[in-house]
Amino acid sequence: MKQFLEGSQAVAQAVKLCRPGVISAYPITPQTHIVEGLAELVANGELKAQFVNVESEHSAASLVLGASAAGVRAFTATSSQGLLLMAEVLFNIAGMRLPLVLTCANRAVSAPINIWNDHQDAVTVRDSGWIQLWAEDMQDVIDLHIQAYRLSEDRRVYLPVMVNMDGYILTHGLEVADLPTQEQVDKFLPAYDPLYKLDVENPMTLGFLAGPDYYLEARYAIQKTLDDVLEIIPQIDYDFENIFKRSCGGLVEAYKTEDADSVLVAKGSIIGTIKDTVDELRSEGKKVGVVKVITYRPFPAKALCDSLSKVPNIGVVERAVSLGAFGPLYSDLKSVLVCSEKQKISGFVIGLGGRDIRKSDIRDIFDKLIKGQGHCQFMGVKNELLSKDFKDI
Amino acid sequence: MFGPIVTKAGSGLKHKTGAWRTTVKPKFLQKNCIACKMCVQICPEGCITGKEKNTYICNYNYCKGCGNCVAICPKKDIIMVKEEEK
Repeated sequence: MKQFLEGSQAVAQAVKLCRPGVISAYPITPQTHIVEGLAELVANGELKAQFVNVESEHSAASLVLGASAAGVRAFTATSSQGLLLMAEVLFNIAGMRLPLVLTCANRAVSAPINIWNDHQDAVTVRDSGWIQLWAEDMQDVIDLHIQAYRLSEDRRVYLPVMVNMDGYILTHGLEVADLPTQEQVDKFLPAYDPLYKLDVENPMTLGFLAGPDYYLEARYAIQKTLDDVLEIIPQIDYDFENIFKRSCGGLVEAYKTEDADSVLVAKGSIIGTIKDTVDELRSEGKKVGVVKVITYRPFPAKALCDSLSKVPNIGVVERAVSLGAFGPLYSDLKSVLVCSEKQKISGFVIGLGGRDIRKSDIRDIFDKLIKGQGHCQFMGVKNELLSKDFKDI
Repeated sequence: MFGPIVTKAGSGLKHKTGAWRTTVKPKFLQKNCIACKMCVQICPEGCITGKEKNTYICNYNYCKGCGNCVAICPKKDIIMVKEEEK
């Protein structure tokens, strides 16, 4: 049923429909409303789950690790510093091959302290073995969570999934979205039947010491599985479409790229702004388009190359940067895209720490794209705030 | 695809630790052994076996080459030798 929902409430409702048995989280802005919503659903009896309060994100991640290892469908959510505090546990969850879903309300990373949206938190843990899905709008947020459980628990996968939604823009924004029925979700997502679990009747250990003779194979297995996930995600999206009568796109979504001479590549809610700008520029006769990266890990190399093979000017627009290098998505894309002589690719860093990204900014990027080429161009730098020497500003 | 991530209880023997040795390994001379079993007791891998005098030997699939058996042997009947020596 279509409802006017706050993004965080939409997550709480979507997660409730997935029937998790254990939820644990530590509050952090802008994730707070998600777990507040779930705590309320548990407290009023609408969701039969155990909600465990803990003293930190490290504990929250460890607790859901334990729940998943014990064969229970579990959920957690966090943001920014919280995600970084979870970091070592995130690697363990993936390494132990435990299905799990985590919502990351994407936020900038300290210092300086900043609670607003960018992508630095999730991007920083991209090498952990987690599958990363990125939402553009509220409908994506709902649909990706439901798909995330199905994907994570698929016996060919058995890896955790992080659903990323832009802090505030999606977590606190309100939008009309269709919330599926319990019957639909139950049809799509059967009760969790674990492949293995901690069980006193059949003792086993997870994450056991693997020396130099074994460790490499454990990592190789994750790498190969993530290759397979690139095939599995579109299959799951197809099944989803059959039941819910809509798709959330699979790996990437190409928007008006067929005849385009300039295309931007991005992920998250900025896609909406870019699509609107593309529509405006198209009405002015400019051949522009945008590619939305939905699945960021595993990296959809082939799908991106297929969408961009004939595009002369490619720009990667990111709300994160690998300091001292480039935007991570730019590096990823450039490593797989075989650019012909007539093709060029540029990287743009924009909107860090929640700085507003407007349609005029996107127009600027399209202009820069045609004029020049740069690996890591920061957009909208206020030079008056900068000085070569330290001064008390 | 799954790698070596899940281990059944009691399957520790699958993890052969012999590769941890660097350049030397213990050699059981089996000449002056009095079967005191000190080497068996001190071996952190529990990989030394034997019954009668001069029958003790270690399993190189698991021996990490720590040399504790050499140090404890009251008869100096165990010595460290280069890895390639037989």
